[in-house]
Amino acid sequence: MTNGSTPDLACKEVVELVTDYLEQTLTHDERTRFEQHLALCGGCKEYLREIRSTIDLSRKLSQGALAPNVRDELLNLFRKWKAE
Amino acid sequence: MAMDSAPVESMAPGEGHSSENLATPRSGRTEDLRLVAAIRAGDQRAFLSLVERHHRAMVRLAGAYVPPGAAEEVTQEAWIGVLKGLHKFEGRSSLKAWIFRILINCAQFRGSREARAIPFSALEGDSSEAAVGKERFLDADHPRWPGHWASYPAPWSEDRLLSEETLAMVAKAMDGLPHAQREVMRLRDVEGWTSAEVCEALEISEANQRVLLHRARAKVRQALEPYVSGGTR
Repeated sequence: MTNGSTPDLACKEVVELVTDYLEQTLTHDERTRFEQHLALCGGCKEYLREIRSTIDLSRKLSQGALAPNVRDELLNLFRKWKAE
Repeated sequence: MAMDSAPVESMAPGEGHSSENLATPRSGRTEDLRLVAAIRAGDQRAFLSLVERHHRAMVRLAGAYVPPGAAEEVTQEAWIGVLKGLHKFEGRSSLKAWIFRILINCAQFRGSREARAIPFSALEGDSSEAAVGKERFLDADHPRWPGHWASYPAPWSEDRLLSEETLAMVAKAMDGLPHAQREVMRLRDVEGWTSAEVCEALEISEANQRVLLHRARAKVRQALEPYVSGGTR
């Protein structure tokens, strides 16, 4: 995977850059090298895909409505504050 | 589920809602001030909308400072603090960050009384931790592919990714993370906060936040790997 003058990234380095890539904090050059590596490396492409899946899954953990008793307690608190 | 198999050129970085607006937009400030005014005027629904949005995340975050049994109570204390301090809110930070600062102050105060305070600034600074175990890569002195995968990670099974069991596994893996990593991943990935919001609320630097998020996601991925590998691509 070596065909340029800049040293190629090793997969070991690429996996450590995944978050910076997703957070868009890589420099232009780093980003180019990262994407060039990915274009040629099925393993790193898969790793990135898996990190994305992990993020998507964790997003589903966001819970639904508040328990009614908790809601009532907080409303009581609000009414008390209002009365003060 | 965004299991994209798009070519690299079209892979948009960022993860949708969590990275769209890194700073609090101006309209967010207006909305915050409007909400605060409504609550101060006694609008119960306005208060409930805040509670619905933040209460659970607050309880979980409080749990990083105080024993689990006290987290709910500390969060209620924080809401009292929020209500009592509303007249002081000027919109210099987002309302969300302001509320979470109050929560953290309450939790730290309680936590220090119970000798369990762990400031986020004293983070697990183990930046030597690797996202992927080094045994998965070829040695640095490998003649042809130093530092490259010894064997590629196996594709994940879509079916297994969609199962309730997998979701439970994600929750379990997150629970097992060091607390700062866990809270950052929760706020970012579960609650959908922006990095700027997380940094502001937890008073950590962007760089620190990224390291914590990176370690957390990598560990959760790793925990899932044995169960969800085996897809085809």
